[in-house]
Amino acid sequence: MKLELTAEQRALRDEVRAFARAEIAPFADQWDRAEALPAEIIRKLATHRWLGTIVPAEHGGPGLDMVTYGLLTEEIGRACSSVRSLLTVHDMVCQGILRWGSRAQRETWLPKLVSGEVLGAFALSEPQAGSDAKGVQTTAEEDGGGYVISGRKKWITFAQIADLFLVFLYCEGQPTAFLVERTTPGLRIEPIRGILGTRASMLAEMVFDDCRVPAENMVGRIGFGVSHVMAAALEQGRYSVACGSVGIAQACLDACLNYAREREQFGKPLFDHQLVRAMLSEMIVQVRAARLMCLRAGYLRQMNDPGSLMETMAAKYLASTVAARTASDAVQIHGANGCTEGFPVSRYFRDAKIMEIIEGSTQIQQMTIASFEFGDL
Amino acid sequence: MDEPIMEQMKALSENQAKIKEFLSRYFKNHDLQPEEDIFALGFVNSLLAMQLVAFVEKECAVRIEDQDLDLDNFRSIQAISDLVARKTGAAAPAVPA
Repeated sequence: MKLELTAEQRALRDEVRAFARAEIAPFADQWDRAEALPAEIIRKLATHRWLGTIVPAEHGGPGLDMVTYGLLTEEIGRACSSVRSLLTVHDMVCQGILRWGSRAQRETWLPKLVSGEVLGAFALSEPQAGSDAKGVQTTAEEDGGGYVISGRKKWITFAQIADLFLVFLYCEGQPTAFLVERTTPGLRIEPIRGILGTRASMLAEMVFDDCRVPAENMVGRIGFGVSHVMAAALEQGRYSVACGSVGIAQACLDACLNYAREREQFGKPLFDHQLVRAMLSEMIVQVRAARLMCLRAGYLRQMNDPGSLMETMAAKYLASTVAARTASDAVQIHGANGCTEGFPVSRYFRDAKIMEIIEGSTQIQQMTIASFEFGDL
Repeated sequence: MDEPIMEQMKALSENQAKIKEFLSRYFKNHDLQPEEDIFALGFVNSLLAMQLVAFVEKECAVRIEDQDLDLDNFRSIQAISDLVARKTGAAAPAVPA
């Protein structure tokens, strides 16, 4: 056993870290308040080839291994969870197409997703269907060699600006996935504002009003939308969210270590108060544990090991709960300052809560993890 | 029977054994037979479906693609073994009478 990053993995992590510190972190609060990311940062990510990084060279991508992908996601998430959200949903669409798309879909869309010419978004949730993925009510009816989509999606991350949606619906009464372009007649995008965290992730509601798509836009086959296409994309998303959660927790720790050195109470730095040290120690240990879980999940995903599904869920569960607890303690250590916009821990606190809800809530992970151990999926 | 064909037959039998061992983790207290319908037995959901794909790809060295998404390809140990055989260009061994 060798628990050590390769020289290439360390180099890319350091490159992303430097970029995120210079180009993302200083602006994250501003983007949070504006509830939008500027096009410029997305263009910079594309220029660095950090969009669709899991796409292999044969489709124009860098084909990053899963551990390196996780390191990249952690570093971006450490600076700004909204930018990390962009990578998450974009890469979920890449994964869905890569894993179950037709040859034509892979050849058409993957190079564009890698270059940033096209931004992807994952359209599953509906007003009445969140954790219960099979409860979606959007449908596709066959009509004249194509399909007509009717229904509504909600809470779709980056739907305000995405060009291509991986949409989950029922077709012939069975779960099915389709690619839908933003420009498709009958598709309407309605921005959602005022969300608690990851506020710059440009959520929107999507209304499909007799939205006609060609038959070749189906991903996989009728009946395999949830069991295979959604499952593959969600596993990618869970891994991304897990690593992004480690990024939030690390950012909380960074902020608290600085604050505890500088802030004095009762005539000495916070760092010299034992109860503050206890909180910091807990943060340090929990961040390391969550990162190790992510590294293991990444390694197994890279090996295409069947156990990666369980390990990724466990990593997402642990990392997101660690992020939430660490962010709560970070606000506590910062006191009143932590409750203001002038200190990023207030943003981390709001963002961390979102991590416990997206890509499978904490409770869904708990139910599933236990089922794995009982062998009664 | 010449040696290459015997090697292929051996590999396919090994595949069936591996698939049975994998699926048996989820069908406790049940001796899963090669042609038994695993969907009819229950216990197959999206999580097992994805694990099964990963398992077959890793252990049988094949790539499951979009055109392979047909429940009949995954309905039994024999069906999965037949799918692997088609993808590797080998003939699956018949189920013993």
